[in-house]
Amino acid sequence: MVDESVISEELQSLLNVELGPEVYEIEKGFLRKFAEAIDDPNPRWREVAPPTLPAALVPTELLHRLCNASCPLKRILNGASELEYFHPIKLGDVISVKGSLTRLRQMEGKEGRTLFMIMDVTYTNQRGEVVVKGKNTYIKY
Amino acid sequence: MAEPIFYEDIEVGTVIPALVKYPTTMQLVKYAGASGDYYQIHYDKDYAIANGLPGVIVHGWLTFSFLGQMLTDWLGEGGVLLKLSGSYRGINKVNEDIICNGKVTKKYIEESKHYARVEIWAENPQGEKTVTGTAVVLLPSREKPQ
Repeated sequence: MVDESVISEELQSLLNVELGPEVYEIEKGFLRKFAEAIDDPNPRWREVAPPTLPAALVPTELLHRLCNASCPLKRILNGASELEYFHPIKLGDVISVKGSLTRLRQMEGKEGRTLFMIMDVTYTNQRGEVVVKGKNTYIKY
Repeated sequence: MAEPIFYEDIEVGTVIPALVKYPTTMQLVKYAGASGDYYQIHYDKDYAIANGLPGVIVHGWLTFSFLGQMLTDWLGEGGVLLKLSGSYRGINKVNEDIICNGKVTKKYIEESKHYARVEIWAENPQGEKTVTGTAVVLLPSREKPQ
């Protein structure tokens, strides 16, 4: 353990608490806008989500609580992303997004004290099928 | 779109055609709007510099999306992306090339399904790897069409 914990009670209390669901409708314009934003001209993305669309299906409440929880470290970077696909996300689907903070790890990095926050997210369609599972690591430093 | 890739066409070491992107600040603004990621380091230069960055930096997820495109362009209609992961190790700046690369590291059959594991990475023009990761894909086979 390093000298001083940057993990506040507020952050600690978020561990393993599932927040959501937040519901997103996969509309035509939503798909088009995302495909344009990632500069991917594949016509397939008019009907099916490109692999990284989950980036736009944000577990907003969890993310806000993670970013706003009291913490002496103010800067934040995205550390890693993992996505596992079970079914395609298609035009017309309604996707429910639930997320939870699954791990907090404090380390001594080259920028000083660093906090790794790992978040698991589950994306479920209107038929109750889990379509994607995601894991994201955020770094506070 | 390239020709469809079959399991029999690849070997360990097979290189995936590179994809080169050149994101501008305008693209980062589009990405911010589409993804809802409005963190200012991606479009406000003063804010980025005040945060110790060299300037506006590309969203990690955007570079990750470019790697996704490299894979789906390669797979075409026949293959399926099953897993995609990336670690953000360095910075991609705007108005610079992002070079996306991939290489097959393993091919295997499980329950008569044909899989490949692919190492993926993005580089900046200095040759530094800014995102590194892996993907697992399902491929069609010439012997047993899926």
